[in-house]
Amino acid sequence: MALRDEQGPYFGEYGGRFVPESLIAALDELDAAYRAAKVDPTFQAELAELHATYTGRPSIITEVPRFAEHAGGARVILKREDLNHTGSHKINNVLGQALLAKRLGKTRLIAETGAGQHGVATATAAALFGMECVVYMGEVDTERQALNVARMRLLGSEVIPVTAGSRTLKDAINEALRDWVANVDSTHYLLGTVAGPHPFPVMVRDFHKIIGEEARQQVLDLTGRLPDAVTACVGGGSNAMGIFHAFLDDPEVALFGYEAAGEGAETPRHAATITKGRPGVLHGARSYMLQNEDGQTVESHSISAGLDYPGVGPEHAWLADIGRARYLPVTDDEAMSAMRLLARTEGIIPAIESAHALAGTLELGRVLGPDSVILVNLSGRGDKDMETAGKYFDILDTAALTADHVDDGARGDTA
Amino acid sequence: MTGVASVIAARKAAGSGALIGYLPAGFPDLRTSIEAAVAIAENGVDVIELGLPYSDPVMDGSVIQAATLQALNAGFRIRDGLDAVAEITSRVNVPVLVMTYWNPVVQYGVDRFADELLAAGGAGLITPDLIPDEARDWLAASERTGLDRVFLAAPSSTDARLAQAVASSRGFVYAVSTMGITGARSDVDSAAKTLVARLRAVGATSTCVGLGISTPEQVREVLQYADGAIVGSALVKALSDGGVPAVAATAARLATGCTLS
Repeated sequence: MALRDEQGPYFGEYGGRFVPESLIAALDELDAAYRAAKVDPTFQAELAELHATYTGRPSIITEVPRFAEHAGGARVILKREDLNHTGSHKINNVLGQALLAKRLGKTRLIAETGAGQHGVATATAAALFGMECVVYMGEVDTERQALNVARMRLLGSEVIPVTAGSRTLKDAINEALRDWVANVDSTHYLLGTVAGPHPFPVMVRDFHKIIGEEARQQVLDLTGRLPDAVTACVGGGSNAMGIFHAFLDDPEVALFGYEAAGEGAETPRHAATITKGRPGVLHGARSYMLQNEDGQTVESHSISAGLDYPGVGPEHAWLADIGRARYLPVTDDEAMSAMRLLARTEGIIPAIESAHALAGTLELGRVLGPDSVILVNLSGRGDKDMETAGKYFDILDTAALTADHVDDGARGDTA
Repeated sequence: MTGVASVIAARKAAGSGALIGYLPAGFPDLRTSIEAAVAIAENGVDVIELGLPYSDPVMDGSVIQAATLQALNAGFRIRDGLDAVAEITSRVNVPVLVMTYWNPVVQYGVDRFADELLAAGGAGLITPDLIPDEARDWLAASERTGLDRVFLAAPSSTDARLAQAVASSRGFVYAVSTMGITGARSDVDSAAKTLVARLRAVGATSTCVGLGISTPEQVREVLQYADGAIVGSALVKALSDGGVPAVAATAARLATGCTLS
């Protein structure tokens, strides 16, 4: 069987459904609706129309030669998911699931969000389709991503700060699951990554695989051949699965996922789940996760809120085990340097998440050499990260900041 | 018939039904949690459901979340939970089922956990996030050791899934009274009664209802159609507010719901 044919619920020993019985009926209903929609030309046409007239698909590719000079002279090509409506790849999945929710007669969407990108995308779809929307966001994240909270509220969604547990993304997922258990008749849980119980990992991947399908053809058209490597950042892993999937059965194309190593994969402060974690059960699926000896989830750390998650999608766990994709750690500092490099050499400000893929690509290009072609998923734009970057590089007008901002912010220009 | 099932059957035969009381191990500290479990057993609780604190308890409401988080922050280890089972069962003649999310058992080792739970005198496991479809290792380990295994049944479950829950469970089937999470509610959902009838229709002989039960009146109401009533958050709140004396008094009050009226 081709690697592209995997449909879950299991990827090797990973995946499955580790959830309360109360949710099984809803997951079965969703699975059936999704499988029907997948072969329904009306659904597919509706989604394609939305992507053409609302998302802005196909997204372009951009070759970045001035950036590539720092990557051993390899040809580096960016897939520009940052140019999608709402500023990242997240909209691909959100529109697909929102359409499905409409088909199921659900009137209310709930979502978890870390950085706020998925929450903003879900709030956008809810506004577009006239649905009620509640977004769960860890209290720590509502504080560090206040502008995205405002965006969601402006779009008409309710944002609920989660004060339980570690008050971050993993707790927001727990709270969304609790809401879903209690309101499953009216509500669709619009999970934002390729994790969670079946059918989410397969369904979310399928809504994002358009990224790789477009890019594969675009690179062929530009260079006359397939790339030597495809790179992406990996938190939960949705943008990486989206661009990897079209290439899974092209053995000559190497796949690299870059995990957030935070302050270093050898320190306790990282989010490098495959690099440093081990298999376990979290949020409904078996996969790699960061946990202590007792199986208690360990908090992750990354400068990028979108990668700050102690789990990873089960298909990535499987691709890592069978050796089809490699997963490598990239630190906060490496990612921030790559962010600035792309901004200064190409006039493109990437999301800090995507900057992890760029940092990995700089290293990879030096290994693969000047004749190689590397396709990078530029999964999001960096506008949302300006406060973080401004503090990190100490380029904010400090007079405009409050005292505590200055205190915890100025880390200096380290590059 | 296993210990849990025979205790429930005996209470039912006596005319009412069983009271099952949940408390988390390690809350407010390990010593007090053991004393509290012994106290509720001495005050009318027929079966103890001892919860193992877990970092991501998706089935639990705010009261139990806060208690288990406090236990974890104080350094609770899974090993402590097994030690608690051993001490409780050495002091009171009441079956102790361990309620645990699945990952801690996976990481401990399913067979090792089953062996040590059996050695500690534990009766079995209640697994809120493990459905029979994913339970191959646990089904094998519980067959080997004779431990009970309690799976959940929900109002949303199909008849086929209810039949699977009944066939897979031993001790009792945990009927979730409402589509929701743990926590006191003013009314026990009427869905519970329908669910218990559906479970009986597919062969259940021992069915206990949980979620939202917090008063003796609710216990009495549930026992009119079910074999047991499970109370959690109300006991945890009493322990949190007034310590062991308060949780003992709450258990005694709840147990009045089990007497024939």
